[in-house]
Amino acid sequence: MSNTKYILGHFEDPDDMMHGIDKLQENNIGIYDVFTPMPIHGIESKLGYKRSRLPIAAFCFGLTGTITAFSLLYFCLVYDWPMNIGGKPAFAMPDFVPIMFELTVLFGSYGMCFTFFFKNHLFPGRAPRVMDLRATDDRFVIAIDAHKNPYPEKIDNLLKEAGAVEIKHNERKYVSYE
Amino acid sequence: MGTHNHTHNFSERFYFTGKPKSWSLIAIVIGVLAIAYGFLTNHAERTFANLLLMGYYFTCVCAAGLFFCAVQYMAQAGWSAGLLRIPQAFAKVLPIAALILIIICASGLFTHNLYHHWHSEEAAHDPVIIGKSSFLNVPFFLTRLVVFLGAYCIFGYFLTKYSNNEDLEGGMKNYNKSFALSAAFLVVFGFTTPIWAFDTIMSLEAHWFSTMFGWYNFAAMWVSGLSAITITVILLKRSGHLTWINDNHLHDLGKFMFAFSIFWTYVWFSQFLLIYYANMPEETVYFYKRWEPEYKPWFWLNIIINFVSPVLILMTRDAKRKEGMLLFVAILLLCGHWLDYYMMIMPGTVASERTFGIVEIGTAIGFVGLFSFLMLNALSKKSLVPVNHPFLDESLHHHI
Repeated sequence: MSNTKYILGHFEDPDDMMHGIDKLQENNIGIYDVFTPMPIHGIESKLGYKRSRLPIAAFCFGLTGTITAFSLLYFCLVYDWPMNIGGKPAFAMPDFVPIMFELTVLFGSYGMCFTFFFKNHLFPGRAPRVMDLRATDDRFVIAIDAHKNPYPEKIDNLLKEAGAVEIKHNERKYVSYE
Repeated sequence: MGTHNHTHNFSERFYFTGKPKSWSLIAIVIGVLAIAYGFLTNHAERTFANLLLMGYYFTCVCAAGLFFCAVQYMAQAGWSAGLLRIPQAFAKVLPIAALILIIICASGLFTHNLYHHWHSEEAAHDPVIIGKSSFLNVPFFLTRLVVFLGAYCIFGYFLTKYSNNEDLEGGMKNYNKSFALSAAFLVVFGFTTPIWAFDTIMSLEAHWFSTMFGWYNFAAMWVSGLSAITITVILLKRSGHLTWINDNHLHDLGKFMFAFSIFWTYVWFSQFLLIYYANMPEETVYFYKRWEPEYKPWFWLNIIINFVSPVLILMTRDAKRKEGMLLFVAILLLCGHWLDYYMMIMPGTVASERTFGIVEIGTAIGFVGLFSFLMLNALSKKSLVPVNHPFLDESLHHHI
């Protein structure tokens, strides 16, 4: 067994790359991941990706915000220090609504943002891990796990047939540790 | 992705025959009978209130169709190109709807069945009404109504005409003209709809005023228009037309309904909160009337139907992509906004003699029939897709 960890097929054209994905899938070769410089419609369903669970996280964060706002308002204005404001009862629900709404939005947006950063390893001091630098520029890259898929020659040929302009056999996963 | 073989039949037409036509006509007959029943049983004021409600609702839905077209042109949106003929059909019905609304308003005004808050013997000596009379007087009121609705009709006429010409000539010329016209229309519409709402609905209780009222009415108009478009699209799709409309287009319409239901609530609540918080007698009277025992259950039902149910039902992505679910919510919202208009109009007209019976249901059915008859008739005049629309291909491959 060779030291090759990942086989990367470079394409110059997104349609060729989509064709390459079809070819590999027809031959039961599992695709590790695909890297493209721009979003491509229909690629998630083709690769069988599950939908992001970010909306569920957003809902939970939003709900946390609503409950926080309500608890704080209730504690301050009803329980701890009730005041007479415009002759209204201490527990004046309509007055609570704008603040509850705002805190829902605040928690929802910040929560979603930080969840996204955390999940994608985007935070200060973290060097980005990229499997191929040109995938961030002008190449469409299909990555195949070489250990799970034997016969590298066959994979090379399939990629070439589909129109790959360059094929790399990488011995390490990422090109840019630190 | 990559499906460039069009298997859709663009020359296919919608023929307005059979069941849709007979049901529309039956509904119109029911409406006429209900209105006649209302007048013959000495319920003139109540019947006029219902006529105003449905006449206004009908005009609003048609105007919302025109607004939808203008927004799509203005945003240079591609996704909607395949279903643009439906709001265009709404816009084509607008002149008739506007005419009916003007007739209802004028006859209600002159027979003292509507607007007697500012148009009666007592009102002539009321200092508040006198203070408003430079704006709220009969000639200026009718002029505004005619000018505003007339302007919308003219915009609608040209917008549909350009789309027709586009079918015949092709090229970008008509699209560019539509773009410019839409820009002008949106400015005119944006400034005049609040005044239109102040005139037709808010002046029923002329002592009261709210600056939020125009936007509140606009939100109601837009949600009900979007619901009507969604229902039409789904029903046409179910009868085998519009094969190019898929889950993605429905998803977008669902998002529109979802988002603008929340917008409606936002505006509704803003109006409520300002009045509640300031607590000034001349403003709170509006909500006192709607808090009376005969209106209170409907007050809450209004919020449940128009806010709680679309939010809870349409929140997930899957729900917006299910035809049946979307149809259910759209019908619910149309009923909900009927109730919304009911809550705007009835306390200021029939007040404590509020009823819900033959006249209310019959008038609503009649106007729904009239709308579907005129709209489907307009729809059958042209092909169901603007074949030379520059963004049609984008619409066919719409994917989200």
